[in-house]
Amino acid sequence: MHDKISAEEQVLIDKFLADNKLFLGPDPEIMRNHSIQPRSSVEDEILKKGLDTHQVHHVRGLINAALSEAFSMVNQMGAAPGAKWGDLVTGIYTAQGDLAMIAPHGIIAFAACCFYPIRFIIKNWITDPTVGVKDGDGFIHNDARYGGVHNTDQSMMMPLFYKGELVCWLSSTIHEGENGACEPGGMPAAAESKYDEGIKMSPFKVVENFRLKRDLVTFLQNSVRDPKLQLEDMKVKLHAVMRLRERIIAILDQFGRDALMGTLRLHLEDTETEMRRRIREMPDGTTRVLQFMDSSLRENCLQKLSLAITVKGERLIMDFRGSAPQFMNRAVNTNIASFKAALCTGLLQNIWPDLPHTMAVLSPIEIISDRNSIIDAEGEMPQAMSLMPMFKACVAWTIPMNKLNYSVPTRYSAIIASQYDQAATFIYGGLTQHGDVTGNFCSDINGNGQGARSHADGEHSVSPVFGFMCDSGEQEINEEDTPIIRLGAQRLAKDRIGWGKYRGGMGYEQIATARGSGMWGFMTGCEGSKFPSAQGLFGGYSCPSYQLLKIKGINIFEELRKDPKVVEVFDIVELMNKQPIKGGQYSSNDMGMTFELCNEGEIYMICQGSGGGYGDVLERDPKLVMKDLAEDLMSHENARDIYKVVYDEKTLIVDEQATAELRAQTRLARIQRGKPFEQFCIEWVKPEPPTNVPYFGSWNDNSVIWTVNPAIGLRSNMPASAMSGVFMPNPKDLQILQLQAQNEALKAKLAACESKA
Amino acid sequence: MKVLITEYLRINLDTEQWECRRCGHEHGSARDNYKKGLLVYDRDPREVHKPLLDPAKYERTYSPDPNWCRILEYYCAQCGTLVEAEYLPPGHPPLHDIELDIDALKLQWKDRQEVTEPPVGPDLALEKVLNHRALHARTHGHQH
Ligand SMILES: [Zn+2]
Repeated sequence: MHDKISAEEQVLIDKFLADNKLFLGPDPEIMRNHSIQPRSSVEDEILKKGLDTHQVHHVRGLINAALSEAFSMVNQMGAAPGAKWGDLVTGIYTAQGDLAMIAPHGIIAFAACCFYPIRFIIKNWITDPTVGVKDGDGFIHNDARYGGVHNTDQSMMMPLFYKGELVCWLSSTIHEGENGACEPGGMPAAAESKYDEGIKMSPFKVVENFRLKRDLVTFLQNSVRDPKLQLEDMKVKLHAVMRLRERIIAILDQFGRDALMGTLRLHLEDTETEMRRRIREMPDGTTRVLQFMDSSLRENCLQKLSLAITVKGERLIMDFRGSAPQFMNRAVNTNIASFKAALCTGLLQNIWPDLPHTMAVLSPIEIISDRNSIIDAEGEMPQAMSLMPMFKACVAWTIPMNKLNYSVPTRYSAIIASQYDQAATFIYGGLTQHGDVTGNFCSDINGNGQGARSHADGEHSVSPVFGFMCDSGEQEINEEDTPIIRLGAQRLAKDRIGWGKYRGGMGYEQIATARGSGMWGFMTGCEGSKFPSAQGLFGGYSCPSYQLLKIKGINIFEELRKDPKVVEVFDIVELMNKQPIKGGQYSSNDMGMTFELCNEGEIYMICQGSGGGYGDVLERDPKLVMKDLAEDLMSHENARDIYKVVYDEKTLIVDEQATAELRAQTRLARIQRGKPFEQFCIEWVKPEPPTNVPYFGSWNDNSVIWTVNPAIGLRSNMPASAMSGVFMPNPKDLQILQLQAQNEALKAKLAACESKA
Repeated sequence: MKVLITEYLRINLDTEQWECRRCGHEHGSARDNYKKGLLVYDRDPREVHKPLLDPAKYERTYSPDPNWCRILEYYCAQCGTLVEAEYLPPGHPPLHDIELDIDALKLQWKDRQEVTEPPVGPDLALEKVLNHRALHARTHGHQH
């Protein structure tokens, strides 16, 4: 090569490289920028001319109404279970691909990631003569590596041309579920590479002249387990976007293109300005939180997420360095763009729910991560269960932000401990009683308990951690369409509580079996069976650990036929402790289970979880303790041992005096057993992670990342700046090795006995 | 001037001390880690999250695994209030969770009125949930 080339030559080289790029993969220039772009010249021109604020307000209202209408269409006509309970969005974007507004009831996370594929289309397809972007075109996409929450979500994106000019983009997205992955339902924890994740649509044109291209639709139907659903929802999304288009064109006709384009841009800029103002109100400093994920959904292993939030003036920096490394063959990684979408959700759900649902909320926030960590994984890493770190991102704010925010004289929203942050629902798949193939998940995912608040207990089973807009769907439809039978009512999970001055909102028990299918199975994808997930705040405790319980080798329907009273009440703790169904194999397992067949009448049981508690348990009003007892949320043992209340078990009348004395004694006992911090640390702090726990992430220094090869128990560390992925052994191979060793040992023992004899 | 930092902690800007909001006890310099002024206890998580399933029958009982998780309880040395409950793997260094710029804090509060009781914000997230539930019930023609 020459040392020097002319500018002309450079242009030629750049063009040659662009024309001959072998693969338009996820583009870091797009995927690593979560902020709104600088004004386009058109936007700048419009805003410099100035807009009538009243008109902006009016236009914004009309856009919202249009987005709402399109949202309702999808909500009512969508075939996917996710569409029915509101796991969807409709959105409008500026001409250069910034997401300005989403439907008020749409999933927030989408607001912070749906723009990436549109930017990809703008960058690559507009000028590509083999693709192009014309009026009447529609584009589809699902691969989160190009932007998106995860690959279960499919989008329909459409440019809006007005008088020949591209003035904005419109879209509709649904959590479709099924996507042809190696396990049904679209979120395969068993995925060991990205090629196990099913169909991966980079943004491509699937609509021309406002009509679906049947050849491509057929290809997509051929790639998933639910071809009917694939077609129906593509139609629904297209029609919703077309309705939205009509409404926006009406706005353009009435107010003109400047009013629309100006309003969209102004909405983004106003939101960003308000964010900076709120950041300035907080004290300068750094607060920190650690989150621990205890499962890869294939094996238990402890993965640290480290977060430091620093505020300085109007800058807010989130530093995730020191977090666990990516897994090369486990599904629980996420790309950084999806992770940021979850952060945006968490901010709008937990800290400032009054801010507009737009990407501009995240725009002024700086986010730092280690490349190749579990939250910033490379494209080749599987990420089908990216929900795991993303749910953590939704609640990561609660502790550090409340520590920064508590002093601010203006309270925009209540102070809340962490919501329960696991997808505690049955994911299912197989043949329905009608002979159709299906795969998806139950709406119980929407029943996460709310975190306790600074002024009140959390609400039970309030909403999913990723959106306050989801309802628990249509239970009835679920049972008509699938062989899943619910046993017993959805009782609140007694004693499974994030304790505190105010307790977390609780979750409910889900007891499921299958009937009438030749082949049916379940999977579950939750962490927190060993290390609790939802954290308390200001002395409040976390939720407990949760398990997956099974009763296998029985058929509950036959048992009930033989003896209708065999089970007194379908209550997990009673069933497991009393074991009333004879001959059953009762087991208590990790909450992460890859797809497993459920024979007719076998029982699977999980719980939705409790939010974290708030404040010191000894400050809980004894009346509230009695109320929890009266509502059978808690046992007497916990009322006495945790809350230290003295009362009459029959009448629930509190002895105030004795309670005050007991609590004073308890405080004294704390002072006696506690050690001064520095002395405690000398005994407590170890230089390395414990040898009996497979630990991933930093320990005492965020720039050093610890990892383990569980196959040989070999622990090592690496610099965070040069992290490589971890390859995990097959847990079944480990089990086989263990059994072989046991077998050999027993054989040797036998041989020894025989030789003696 | 005192600035409320958490349910149980405040900073006295005049003395530059961390203080207990329940008893006024001084925990130490506001420029340092407040935990240094507290007492700590390594609590077995099974005492707080008691086993609900029979430990004789099952290894997993709804209690956290004490080999994986401990609860560090931080108490006010004077009144015994539980200021923080920190869940950590055994031996993990406690987190320096609040580190504020005291000079900036003083400047910020120069023109602010002292707040002695924290304001309670509206629970906007919950309001949204309830609104959406009502909407959903209307859309689908029934109540849950
Ligand atoms: Zn005190």
